[in-house]
Amino acid sequence: MSLTARRKFLSGLVVVLCGAAVAVALVPLFFIFAYVLQKGFSSLNWDFFTKMPKPVGESGGGMANAMLGTLYLIGIASVLAIPVGVIAGVYLSEYGKKPFASLVRFTADVLNGVPSIVIGIFAYGLAVLPVKHFSALAGGLALGFMMVPIITRTTEELLNLVPGSLREGSLALGATRARAAFSVMVPAALPGIMTGILVALARIAGETAPLLFTAFNNRFFSARLDQPISSLPVQIYTYAVAPYDDWHRQAWAGALVLVGFVFIFSVLARVVTRRLERMHRT
Amino acid sequence: MKAIRFLIASAFGAILALPAATAQAQTVQINGAGATFPYPIYSKWFSEYNKLHPDIEINYQSIGSGGGIRQLTNQTVFFGATDGPMTSDQQFAAPGPILHLPTVLGAVVPIYNIPGVDTQLKFSGKVLADVIMGKVTKWNDAAIAGLNPGVKLPATDITVAHRSDGSGTTYIFVDYLSKVSPDFKKTVGVATSVNWPVGVGGKGNEGVAGLVKQTPGSIGYVELVYATQNKIDYGSVQNLNGEFVSATLEGVTAAASAAAMAMPKDFRVSITNAPGAGVYPISSFTWILLYEHPGDKKRSKIMVDFMKWALTEGQKYATDLGYAPLPAQVVTLEMEALKRISI
Amino acid sequence: MKTPSFRKSADDRGFRLGTGLFAFLVVLLVAGIFWELYRTSHLSIEKFGFRFWTGKIWDPVSGEFGALPFIWGTLYSSLLAMLISTPIALGIAIFLSELSPKVLRTPLAFLTELLAAIPSIVYGLWGVFVLVPIVRQLQVHTPEWMRKIPLFSGPPLGVGMLAAALILAVMVIPFTSSVAREVLKAVPSTQREAAYALGATRWEAILAALRFGRTGIIGAIILGFGRAVGETMAVTMVIGNNPQVSASLFKPQYTMAAVIANEFTEAADDLYLSALIEIGLVLFVITLVINGLSRLLIWSVTRQIKVKAPRALAPTLPAAPEAAA
Repeated sequence: MSLTARRKFLSGLVVVLCGAAVAVALVPLFFIFAYVLQKGFSSLNWDFFTKMPKPVGESGGGMANAMLGTLYLIGIASVLAIPVGVIAGVYLSEYGKKPFASLVRFTADVLNGVPSIVIGIFAYGLAVLPVKHFSALAGGLALGFMMVPIITRTTEELLNLVPGSLREGSLALGATRARAAFSVMVPAALPGIMTGILVALARIAGETAPLLFTAFNNRFFSARLDQPISSLPVQIYTYAVAPYDDWHRQAWAGALVLVGFVFIFSVLARVVTRRLERMHRT
Repeated sequence: MKAIRFLIASAFGAILALPAATAQAQTVQINGAGATFPYPIYSKWFSEYNKLHPDIEINYQSIGSGGGIRQLTNQTVFFGATDGPMTSDQQFAAPGPILHLPTVLGAVVPIYNIPGVDTQLKFSGKVLADVIMGKVTKWNDAAIAGLNPGVKLPATDITVAHRSDGSGTTYIFVDYLSKVSPDFKKTVGVATSVNWPVGVGGKGNEGVAGLVKQTPGSIGYVELVYATQNKIDYGSVQNLNGEFVSATLEGVTAAASAAAMAMPKDFRVSITNAPGAGVYPISSFTWILLYEHPGDKKRSKIMVDFMKWALTEGQKYATDLGYAPLPAQVVTLEMEALKRISI
Repeated sequence: MKTPSFRKSADDRGFRLGTGLFAFLVVLLVAGIFWELYRTSHLSIEKFGFRFWTGKIWDPVSGEFGALPFIWGTLYSSLLAMLISTPIALGIAIFLSELSPKVLRTPLAFLTELLAAIPSIVYGLWGVFVLVPIVRQLQVHTPEWMRKIPLFSGPPLGVGMLAAALILAVMVIPFTSSVAREVLKAVPSTQREAAYALGATRWEAILAALRFGRTGIIGAIILGFGRAVGETMAVTMVIGNNPQVSASLFKPQYTMAAVIANEFTEAADDLYLSALIEIGLVLFVITLVINGLSRLLIWSVTRQIKVKAPRALAPTLPAAPEAAA
């Protein structure tokens, strides 16, 4: 084979291999989705969404407390993380060139990579040990810690995309920097920031490890900050490692709900992104 | 765009408003944690008790006896549950005196999964110990075959499934094995968490049951109800009298009868390898742990009331779930002991 | 009377301090995690010192704690996962950024992102009920002669190093590929154009771009490795939870994150708990180093160059977290 032919062949081969790589990656995705859908769908019923878990041996019951618990926990996490994340993001976009800003950016990225179980240990030492009980607050804290770096970086990137002329215009009109930032820039970037928050929420809603010894688990529904609280991922885990078939079915149903939740948020984020792109393109 | 913004805002609003919207009537919640061994009956008890007293929610998490003791010592839960009594070191580490209160009797059975074998296998204490230590490695080993003439055992490797967490069920099992095999006592010892020579770890009784159910050629140990509810085969074990006894409620009750006569004041007694006819050798009490002088008097009173219910009304749920009710003498002694708890 | 400009600069200073404080909280968080972990594990650090890292025995009964089996398990499983996933992830990155028709690009990218969004517990569930039986069948059908090789020795349990490596590989693919895509996007098109001008084939042009962004690509790979190292739930459900150091793919083993998840709530005494937290500290430091290193490598490519095309407006995966469940 001539050199040219060989090179062309190699090029074609690479295209095929890369396409194959995509196919290989998508196989488990479909596999998992299909499995979760199939196994979970049959166990989804009205009871699942409205009832509490039943004791061992009694069939039926549901994960109502777990689902509400997850919503409650991400609510707490949001209250803690959104202000910190957004304001830190504002700082990074306003004073981004300073060395301190680089340090913050670096630490935020690093914090992103910290295993969630380590964050769980931290939250345990901070919020469980001193008060001697597991609590929804501790769980929300752990999840909040995980949200902060995501929101910070997203806010920063989106604020950077807002044309600087907006800031300059408001400053020229006599606004303070604070005003310019919070009344002009942030609202302009708000859709994107909210998208970032959605993505972060979808992420932490599925976290199990940091909740194992902070929020612990609860057979009942409790909406109190100082009591353990059930959550969907922890409940799925508890059911999955048990030997009861009924619990396994419920675990799949729970997994379906969780995946559905994540899926919806991802789609929502994508839709918002596309709208943004169109807006900015004009 | 507006519509999406509205949707997102309302979703946030809903999430943040949830706590206020679900503000509850004055329910009291009591948290407990510990053994997986009695989890089936405890979950039944707490559910039934909640039906009787809708404002009392007792939240029990089965994380293993070791976990229960630890969390109770840390006071991150109000009560603990264990099938391995606390050691003196553990009791010393706790901030106050703790009462062991027996609740039911249960049996630990050797479960196995051998495709093709459907007669119940017989195990002697020594052979069981050797298998768990990894000294007997194949199912058709002479030691096992000798006890089970006529059963066609395959040449499959034996996989031991044990607990990966700190477990009272482990305690009961190794307590028995150490009594029948000095070798085992030396190599492995007796505790809620031991250094297993071989095998795979599962979390909780549930984890071990799951492992054995899914792994052909495996052997493990779980509380009786986990074997029956999940239709896993389990073997009969040779007792001190030489009989091969399969775990039944009568066998367990027989094991407790001698101890019931001479119950120590703190209720910490081992009834494994008990003498007597018809005794099932791997039986045990399981205990709920309560501080004698807790700070929270309200919860203390609720737990004492609950215990009184469990020791009388609650006992009738035991047999359906595969546990043996407590002997009457033990219940009497316990009612006395409950008076020591400050309420 | 204060002049407007004086008042304004005071306000601006306040703004800078105020927002800077919140930004500082991020730094404080990381420092706080390190401090808290160090403080609560010092009992174990004092007792074992360096022996902790080399000790093979993890025996809560006798109080002997050596973390080597967990460090080994974590590194081995992550390494295997990277071996499996890197070619696939790079293939995806190349396909999506260079080769795919525009029409397919967005949906395919979306699908790979979905793979990253699936929670770890769902992977674990799938692993236990689908992957492990498959691996068990694989093990059962491994010929006897292969079983003699240490790499393939061990009882046919299904759970073990292989299952863990496979599931980690699937979880890591979307991360590595999306970061690699970012890197490739940041490579100026002039590189590829120059290659084409010199008569290169598609592959050779891609190679030129890869060569240009190689530090970033390496950073992407290392980032994926960091993700695998921290993964907890999916691994603990399929790895067998047995603290032994073994090169075998089939034997059950244990990772740092898994042992913490399993034993934390029941560490029955202070030394035990502090040993577990020390493992957490080791894990923290490892991921810190990995993430720091990979970020620097990636930034060297993406920040150096002024990119003509507008950067993605959506929060893309690098901004989204890689921290594992």
